[in-house]
Amino acid sequence: MSDREHASNDGMAVDHHFENADQQYQSAKLGMWVFLTTEILFFGGLFVAYAVYRGNHPEVFVFGHHFLDKNLGALNTVILICSSLTAAWAVRAAQLRQIGMLKLMILLTIVFAFGFMGVKAFEYNGKWKHGLLWAGQYDPHLEDHGETSHEVIGEESAEDAHIEIVTEETIVEAIEAQPAADPNRSTIEPAAEGPAGLAAPDLVAADETEVEIEPANAQTYFSIYFLMTGLHGIHVIGGIGAFAWLLLCARRGDFDGGHFTRVDMVALYWHLVDLIWIYLFLLLYLID
Amino acid sequence: MAEATSAPGGDELVDHTASNDNYLTHGKGILSWLFTLDHKRIGVMYLVAILSSFFLGGVFALVLRTELWTPGQTIMTADTYNKMFTLHGAVMIFLFIIPGIPATLGNFVLPLMLGAKDVALPRLNLASFWLWLVGATVAVASIVIGAVDTGWTFYTPYSTTTNTAVTAMTLGAFILGFSSIFTGLNFIVTIHKMRPEGMTWFRMPLFLWGIYSTAIIQVLATPVLGITLLLLVAERTLGVGIFDPALGGDPVLYQHFFWFYSHPAVYIMILPAMAIMSELISVFSGKHIFGYKFIAWSSIAIALLSFLVWGHHMFTSGQSGLMNMIFSALTFSVAIPSAVKVFNWLATMYKGSIRLAAPMLYALSFLFLFAIGGLTGLFLGSLSVDIHLHDTYFVVAHFHYVMFGGTVIAFLGGIHYWWPKMFGRMYSERWAQVSAFLIFVGFNLTFFTQFVMGSHGMPRRYYNYLERFTAYHQASTVGSFVLALGFFIMAGYLLHSLVAGEKAPANPWGGATLEWETTSPPAYYNFKNEMRAGDPYDLDALRWDPSIKGYVRKDPSSVLLSTGEES
Repeated sequence: MSDREHASNDGMAVDHHFENADQQYQSAKLGMWVFLTTEILFFGGLFVAYAVYRGNHPEVFVFGHHFLDKNLGALNTVILICSSLTAAWAVRAAQLRQIGMLKLMILLTIVFAFGFMGVKAFEYNGKWKHGLLWAGQYDPHLEDHGETSHEVIGEESAEDAHIEIVTEETIVEAIEAQPAADPNRSTIEPAAEGPAGLAAPDLVAADETEVEIEPANAQTYFSIYFLMTGLHGIHVIGGIGAFAWLLLCARRGDFDGGHFTRVDMVALYWHLVDLIWIYLFLLLYLID
Repeated sequence: MAEATSAPGGDELVDHTASNDNYLTHGKGILSWLFTLDHKRIGVMYLVAILSSFFLGGVFALVLRTELWTPGQTIMTADTYNKMFTLHGAVMIFLFIIPGIPATLGNFVLPLMLGAKDVALPRLNLASFWLWLVGATVAVASIVIGAVDTGWTFYTPYSTTTNTAVTAMTLGAFILGFSSIFTGLNFIVTIHKMRPEGMTWFRMPLFLWGIYSTAIIQVLATPVLGITLLLLVAERTLGVGIFDPALGGDPVLYQHFFWFYSHPAVYIMILPAMAIMSELISVFSGKHIFGYKFIAWSSIAIALLSFLVWGHHMFTSGQSGLMNMIFSALTFSVAIPSAVKVFNWLATMYKGSIRLAAPMLYALSFLFLFAIGGLTGLFLGSLSVDIHLHDTYFVVAHFHYVMFGGTVIAFLGGIHYWWPKMFGRMYSERWAQVSAFLIFVGFNLTFFTQFVMGSHGMPRRYYNYLERFTAYHQASTVGSFVLALGFFIMAGYLLHSLVAGEKAPANPWGGATLEWETTSPPAYYNFKNEMRAGDPYDLDALRWDPSIKGYVRKDPSSVLLSTGEES
């Protein structure tokens, strides 16, 4: 394996401080893996925030996720997995010096990435219209678009019959029936008393009855949703930039000699972006 | 690489490379510096930048101490005072002490110790310096926009509601974080991939072990600070509500996030100082380092434990009693690897022939001050005592004993040790001793009084104080000016040495690590020959040569890589 890599990296100009192309390639690769570790920790902060709030207030996440469209999320997952395939194929093409195939695969990856961002933009737009935004801008106005909030969920999920149709009235009624769950008042507990969400069986029961009542602090879900998918989206845009750069390098003939380090590094980054999305899909869209 | 000219001629080789071309003269003009990929020049630029930040932070500190000369108003209003202590903290932490040793001495010395021509990723190294400049500019610009008054920790909810320039300052710190990550990443790759022949992991100089452990923390902890500061900025600009109780968030979560980085960050500060110490103690005791493997492993142990103790900053935040106990116990466990290091250094000095040159004076100061700083850390790690001492001057004094008495003192020792290598000139030893003495006395006068004040209940960060603390505050202020005098003398003789200092030999101190095998200052490509590493602490392999006033190897070929081409 490393023999082949070494051999095919021979076309690369070795920087003055390295002994040979293989040492240079191995250094770049280790550097990239360390960088990906920092990326995981960077997202890790948001995953911890997710875990803390979901652990303390599971009802908020159960409620919020009904407003996401699983089918669009699944579509985006498929798009990104396909783009990972084309990215891996691009590395292989670079190793085998198939420049035409390399360009095609880079281009396809960019197309998939734009497709992902397009679907994401469509989803964001829907949230924007209905005021389902992060906490500071959270102002749900579902009545503007049809009788029920069901439409927010999206046409494709209409067959998700087990989800109770939520109307503004049921929400209002439910809130009145439960004065404790006043959405205008923070119900955060003093930390010393432990996680209230886990200790409150009635709230856990609420999501089993499948009657969706807007819980207190429902906006937290949307804050987390926008932070996580937003940061991920920025990484996708960065990936588009990196692949565009690779395309320029390929047109310039940089990879003609079989020097594939750059393609390999960008592809590694792209696989991580893909992997993070798979976690986001599971954690944000597929809550029950 | 080894040219046919590299006949093992020893001293001649060293003289031969001492031609006029060195890294300082290799290119001319400001652009040849700003866009250099040479680790040595990047290290020197970092040194200038970081010492400028130290000066700025130091001026803030002197202003603070002057204000505290009397209770009530002395020279400024309470609002200005709040901004001053925040700026002092933020500048010293984010601009000076975190990048400090790795970015300056690490950048300069690490590839030389490896016998390498450069770090593995020189472009990333330059990018790190540029990010530092951008981050520093943004952070310093916040002073003009509306100086931050939150304290350097930016605790929510105050930091999300104050109208001072928290966004600019935290964005600056965010960018500086990336600079730090790039430096750490580079060092990890360099140490893994570029060690010379003969340098196994356990034949690395201990300086490299310390820098490597630091790099692990930089890479694993700094991204968490990045996301935390980004969340804080998002909180202020968009209102995402993660830390805002009015929107369902939790301000204490910010403290967890912040300290998850910032506790490991204090080991980013102290580990490179310990790395320098191992070199100084061995060389100036004229003895092989004692307990090499213990010192090496204790660096790794400190790096790993550093991630498990952040909760000790939050004993009074309403954390559960169980968590407090666990964090307290883990905090005590950090004392073990720290003590392992100190005992091994003492054992290295035992029966050594100790030379009290300036670097060693700083090393001895470190042992004394770090011991006080470390032991008072145990006071603060004990739950019951911490309740009494929390947020008092005792904490301030403890922190400064570790960070100033530890890191800064070792940094100064390192600067004095490698100064001849960096600039090819010797400084005035006599003035260096005067300055080291003033710094030691001034430091203790400034901060020991703060231990006393703190244990008597003087709260930290207060503008005003009770009459009975006046004597302590005035002693502390006098001490800070003595300290400043020591630094001015140091600046004087170091700058003077650049123009009028005696020419430095390749190896003025008798160190056996590879950086002493090249000329002072080093050639552009560091070494004329390819190097092979031996035992980095085998000081007996060197002898004093009075004719060049430096040390030379008894067998110069022992560190040269012999190849077939030579014969």
